[in-house]
Amino acid sequence: MVTNLLTDYWPILVLLLVSLGFAGIAMGGGLLLGPRRSSARKQEAYESGMRAIGPGTRQMPVRFYLVAVLFILFDIEVIFFLPWAVVFRQYYENGLGAFILLEMLVFIVILLVGYAYAWKKGALEWE
Amino acid sequence: MPIISSTDLLAILPTAFVVVWACTLLLVDVFAGAGGKRLTPWLAALGLLAALVLSVRGGGLEQTAFNGMLEVDGFSHAINALVLGSGLLAVLLSVDYLRQHGIAKGEYYVMLLFSISGVMLMGAAADLIVVFLSIELLSIPLYILAAFAQPDPKSEEAGLKYFLLGAFAGAFLLYGVALVYGATASTRLSEITAAVAAGLENPIFLLLGAALILIGFGFKVAAAPFHMWTPDVYEGAPTPVTAFMAVGAKVGGFAALLRVFIVAFPSLGADLAPVLIGVVAATLIIGNVAAIAQNNIKRLLAYSSISHAGFILMAFVPYADDAVYRDTLAAALFYLLAFAVTSFGSWAVVMALEKAEGKGLELQDYAGLFRRHPGLAVAMFVFMLSFIGVPPTLGFAGKFYLFRAVLEGGYVGLAVLGVLTSLVSAYYYLRVVVVMFMQDGKPQAQASPLLNLATAVTAVGTVALFFFSQPLLDWAAGAFLRLF
Amino acid sequence: MVPVQYFVGLSAILFTLGALGVLTRRNAIIIFMSIELMLNSANLLFVAFARAFEALSGQIFVFFVMTVAAAEVAVGLALIVAVFRTKDTINIDEVSSLRG
Repeated sequence: MVTNLLTDYWPILVLLLVSLGFAGIAMGGGLLLGPRRSSARKQEAYESGMRAIGPGTRQMPVRFYLVAVLFILFDIEVIFFLPWAVVFRQYYENGLGAFILLEMLVFIVILLVGYAYAWKKGALEWE
Repeated sequence: MPIISSTDLLAILPTAFVVVWACTLLLVDVFAGAGGKRLTPWLAALGLLAALVLSVRGGGLEQTAFNGMLEVDGFSHAINALVLGSGLLAVLLSVDYLRQHGIAKGEYYVMLLFSISGVMLMGAAADLIVVFLSIELLSIPLYILAAFAQPDPKSEEAGLKYFLLGAFAGAFLLYGVALVYGATASTRLSEITAAVAAGLENPIFLLLGAALILIGFGFKVAAAPFHMWTPDVYEGAPTPVTAFMAVGAKVGGFAALLRVFIVAFPSLGADLAPVLIGVVAATLIIGNVAAIAQNNIKRLLAYSSISHAGFILMAFVPYADDAVYRDTLAAALFYLLAFAVTSFGSWAVVMALEKAEGKGLELQDYAGLFRRHPGLAVAMFVFMLSFIGVPPTLGFAGKFYLFRAVLEGGYVGLAVLGVLTSLVSAYYYLRVVVVMFMQDGKPQAQASPLLNLATAVTAVGTVALFFFSQPLLDWAAGAFLRLF
Repeated sequence: MVPVQYFVGLSAILFTLGALGVLTRRNAIIIFMSIELMLNSANLLFVAFARAFEALSGQIFVFFVMTVAAAEVAVGLALIVAVFRTKDTINIDEVSSLRG
């Protein structure tokens, strides 16, 4: 039982070693071979051209909030596709393919109603 | 392999119709021009009327649908009829009010329809997960409706408070469902009964779960000690929303409460009875005593609705008693009907006198109403009598049947408490009447034909239906639950 | 296999923490997060029992609860944003004006 459990996790250990090794080679190579020149620019918190000024928590446009909420709503609905996909083949092989497809279509139409509403209300506009 | 057959769809036809109608209405409203948008309330009313017709025509239907998820029976038909009727009245009350307060948006009616479909599902829910989903379907649109008058701060505050406490209650309900699932390995009400009969490994989970479910419902129907949100939310929400909330949420909450406990938890009757008696006593006393101190009519009616939740809960106490549960069920349904008619009427009168920015809601604003608007004053008088339970009004018949059922169950003390608190309630209801008839003032009522129609219909109904209370009780008694 | 009692204990602790958070915190967002913690403790219970019973039903319930929670997030955040815009605070004691 225990040995079974361990062999089950074998691929994960291999994956872990490979990814650690890859990261190690990449970073170690840079450390060994790359030139190192320090400058004032490089000591800044963000080296992206953005000046690090003001407090870290600044106000965001409220548009982000609207998009985020829409994203959550439509994203979470995908959850129902998973169990549907799991049983789909079982239904299909029993000659109930049309039924199971129709079920999902009903669900998608309901989502589309919400989508059309959000679209028409202008919630997707980013002027 | 479970599939959905056409009989399943037929069984929930009225509910499905309301949902489809609401989705369609949402699109129609958003794509229509300004002229089309004016039709939205009437389309909503038409949809409700059609669903009512469908529900009444399918009234004889009795079946288990969706693999035992839903149970369509006389009880669910009665709940459908009650909530669809309430919905029609709510639309009638809303049209002019929304226009006058500048919040006439089509989404209002869509949310109303979704909420109604939630109540309809609650009446038929035979699985605890469906109970949870339908209670959320009822509540989430109500959170939006409560805050519908935004940016009015009072309405927003009402929405936020209702949302936070409603979600809190929902979490209790869900945790209770999870515990019951842990105790019985099922959430299907009939399977829970079967598992309990076969013996449980962890009976404590079942008791704890049932108690948590009771707390969740207690919040929804505004029973003490879970009533704190009620006055604030009722005061802050737009008045037609309050009117619907007072009736719709109660009908849904009690429908699911009665079915869940009668079908799934009859074995816990003895354990829960002391708790229930405590809740009923607290609700009756707090609701009626706190109402005395109120000067704002919306808060007064809010506390009054808490006390009426207490009365309906009285019928629930002997739920596990096989000999009387049918009578108490009928009495509870009848009381819900009486409360619905009376409550909508009283809110209609409140709306007739309400002015912008929450003016016209103090009790003193009703002084001299009889001199200026005798019709409104007489209607309000009728509603107050019905709330107290004075014949010949529907409220009297409701209380009469209720006390009779409670006595049948052997709870004499509760019946006495009910009569005593009714006497206390007479004080604050009659104070409204005294102010209207005896004091001088210059109240200004809006002349809105729809509002007057709603007031007249409910006032006449409150009195006229009293003379048909026996057939109505028979109807309610026919609305029995299917047991297994 | 971890016994189901451990999960029940953990979820009871999470539920209590959530309930205490709702009752003691004053910031609407944090209250809301506490409510989500309560919902998720119930989810944990569902999944644990589903595994103990070797039944799928409990896991499906979690899906439903997650979608309901998402719908509540959408409505709740909209309400909180609306309140913040008019009152510039989401401390529920400062928001509260309805009394009596």
